[in-house]
Amino acid sequence: MTHGNPRLELAGITKRYGDVVANDAIDLAVHAGEIHALLGENGAGKSTLSKIIYGVVRPDAGTLRWEGRAVEIASPGDARRLGIGMVFQHFSLFESLRVVDNIALGEDGPASGAALSASIRGISHAYGLPLDPSRYVHTMSVGERQRVEIVRCLLQSPKLLVMDEPTSVLTPQAVERLFATLRSLAAEGTAILYISHKLAEIRALCDRATILRDGRVTGECDPRAEDQASLARMMIGSDLPHPRHRAAIPGATMLAARALDLPAGDPFGTPLAGVDLDVRAGEIVGIAGISGNGQRELLAALSGERTTRADAVAIDGVGVGHLGIAARRRHGLAYVPEERQGRGAVPELSLADNTLLSASAQGLVRHGIVDRRATRARARDAIAAFRVKAAGPDALAETLSGGNLQKFILAREMQQSPKVLIAAQPTWGVDIGASAEIRQALVDLRDAGAAVLVVSEDLDELFEIADRIAVIARGRLSPAMPVTGTDPEAIGLAMAGEPGARAA
Amino acid sequence: MIDTLVGIVALTLAAGTPLVIAALGELVVERSGVLNLGVEGMMLIGAVAGFIVTVHTHMPWLGVAAAIVAGAAMALVFAIVAVSLQANQVASGLALSLLGIGLSAFVGQPYVAAVVDPIKAINWPPLSSLPVLGPLLFAYNPLVYVSVALAAGVHLFLLHSRAGLVLRAVGESPRSAHAIGYRVLAIRYAAVLFGGACAGLAGAYLSLAFTPLWSEGMTSGRGWIALALVVFATWRPYRVLLGAWLFGAVTLAQFQVQAAGIEIAPQLLAMLPYAATIVVLAWMSRDAAAIRRHSPASLGKPFHPQR
Repeated sequence: MTHGNPRLELAGITKRYGDVVANDAIDLAVHAGEIHALLGENGAGKSTLSKIIYGVVRPDAGTLRWEGRAVEIASPGDARRLGIGMVFQHFSLFESLRVVDNIALGEDGPASGAALSASIRGISHAYGLPLDPSRYVHTMSVGERQRVEIVRCLLQSPKLLVMDEPTSVLTPQAVERLFATLRSLAAEGTAILYISHKLAEIRALCDRATILRDGRVTGECDPRAEDQASLARMMIGSDLPHPRHRAAIPGATMLAARALDLPAGDPFGTPLAGVDLDVRAGEIVGIAGISGNGQRELLAALSGERTTRADAVAIDGVGVGHLGIAARRRHGLAYVPEERQGRGAVPELSLADNTLLSASAQGLVRHGIVDRRATRARARDAIAAFRVKAAGPDALAETLSGGNLQKFILAREMQQSPKVLIAAQPTWGVDIGASAEIRQALVDLRDAGAAVLVVSEDLDELFEIADRIAVIARGRLSPAMPVTGTDPEAIGLAMAGEPGARAA
Repeated sequence: MIDTLVGIVALTLAAGTPLVIAALGELVVERSGVLNLGVEGMMLIGAVAGFIVTVHTHMPWLGVAAAIVAGAAMALVFAIVAVSLQANQVASGLALSLLGIGLSAFVGQPYVAAVVDPIKAINWPPLSSLPVLGPLLFAYNPLVYVSVALAAGVHLFLLHSRAGLVLRAVGESPRSAHAIGYRVLAIRYAAVLFGGACAGLAGAYLSLAFTPLWSEGMTSGRGWIALALVVFATWRPYRVLLGAWLFGAVTLAQFQVQAAGIEIAPQLLAMLPYAATIVVLAWMSRDAAAIRRHSPASLGKPFHPQR
């Protein structure tokens, strides 16, 4: 291990937001040439800590030392001058600008377009991250966008590279490429702080790990010497739950799409071309794909947000392609959209009101008058059924954490005993405990005989719960294959739309 | 015939100039992600401030300077409310317009019959007296040249300078701009103040050059037209210039038609400049991806750096 002063050392870093302590006396040291993992669940305080390191947020207490001397990092500019580069979880890119403009914005000195473009090309080839500087960011895939962020950092030859959940949107192949790049950077002496909650990745990549839980450091270890279960225990404080899963007993087709075409909904969208899909009662079909490949359009067409030919979408054998959302709900469709706040729930309304909005047809409204008591009872049931952490049926949706709101929405949809449930990114941004409960609920719903369609970018999730997996790439959907007959590598190739994926 | 055409061009530019100046200012504001609907009010305040200062000092250029300062001062009020305090931008902007309309009428009351020394069109003897080219190129009010220079300047600034790139970035995603270390609020303040200064200048052009007098509500809706122009020009400076002149031309044509005694309802004719400008600019900008590329994605959304 490296000796001497650590490249970056945090001591007693504390940050409060109101009553919430996001970081509580955090100690952390990252050495040159080391890939150091910061491991923790969503809400454990990882992102706050990374923002403190990069000068976006100021700590309330504690000290930062850079190569042995105390420093104050008051702005991202300060951080960059020290030699800290950061790749954000939610990219800090500007979609309407070109790659070179985006990178120029992260440089301190004025850089001429041509010279900067040349150095972008140089760096990106040196690290195997090919980039065309003149492309507009909105035309790029998520993996390519991440390359822009990484190249932006590398251009400054950082001494410390902070990566916040870098693989949450990448295909397995892209993850491999990223790891190769990070390893070669570390070999050149760059310190890397790698923030993640993915245990397998951390064991594969990192030399040291610091584990955070509820804003506190709960352990430091060599992740290669630990196993997944021990890491999980340090991270969530208990054993990792696993969903009970048995083979599906599929019945009749409940949700079908036939030769579904749909033009893109917005200028940066992807049109659907000839999508065929069958989801049978008692099975979960997963749709994998990198976001922006037509998922949004497919979900809009299936849920009824956008209408098409009557026979393009069928629920329980009835053509519903021309019907809107409410009409499809009456045919037995339930839908858990990707955005919880704003699509799945109205943030400013109470949970009871949110229940009413999607279930008004089911006895909560009599002669046009809302039955308040029944509505609140229904919301209370949903809260109880999923152990949602909420003040009660009158709590505003926006006061719930992402995972709790997602559980509530799922519970609300399940109360309608749907024949078909469509869930988009059901556990995106949800912590591990709640994710496991949500996945279990989806499996239970399947076992109760519903047809379940899950659209997700998380391959581990799909392989955990789906019975069959299809891949959406550039608006086309592959035939759904049984999970037992495929593996993440083959699905990953198909996600990237690479030729030869069929053969795999 | 040629003389008539030259006359029409000259009048068109003269009529379009206040729109060009006000709309370019608003364009910069909106590119930073702020929607200031107070253009009409800021123009009126500029017009009345410039007029009053000129009446007392007999120095029209001092009046112009006063108008710029007054417009910027109005914009500062808006910036404090809408940028710092994060109030709703639409409501604050409308309130600013109403404030400007009322305040200018109140302050300008004693000056309604006053006369000023106007800003005169340039007269460079050898050039301005050339046939055709003279009146076509060298005989405008100085502020007309300023408006064209402003369009070129805003274009260069926005699309070819680093500061312009930063401004566009702030309008596209203030969160990202903040994360890489730009001072979003300071940049938005600067843009809003620039927009106010431009609106003030546009007002001064009306009260000191185009029709050198003060009357209540003399902008007659030009501030609102400037706002619409920015949108229909899809936030591009040269299209603002073109749209403003087109608007001026059709306004003139409408008077010509009436003068020629052609039997069309005057209400329909009065509609024509608006309809023509909207149709032409909408047709020019039918490429959805290009619109997306040039429109500020976070327009009208307040930004809190602390969250």
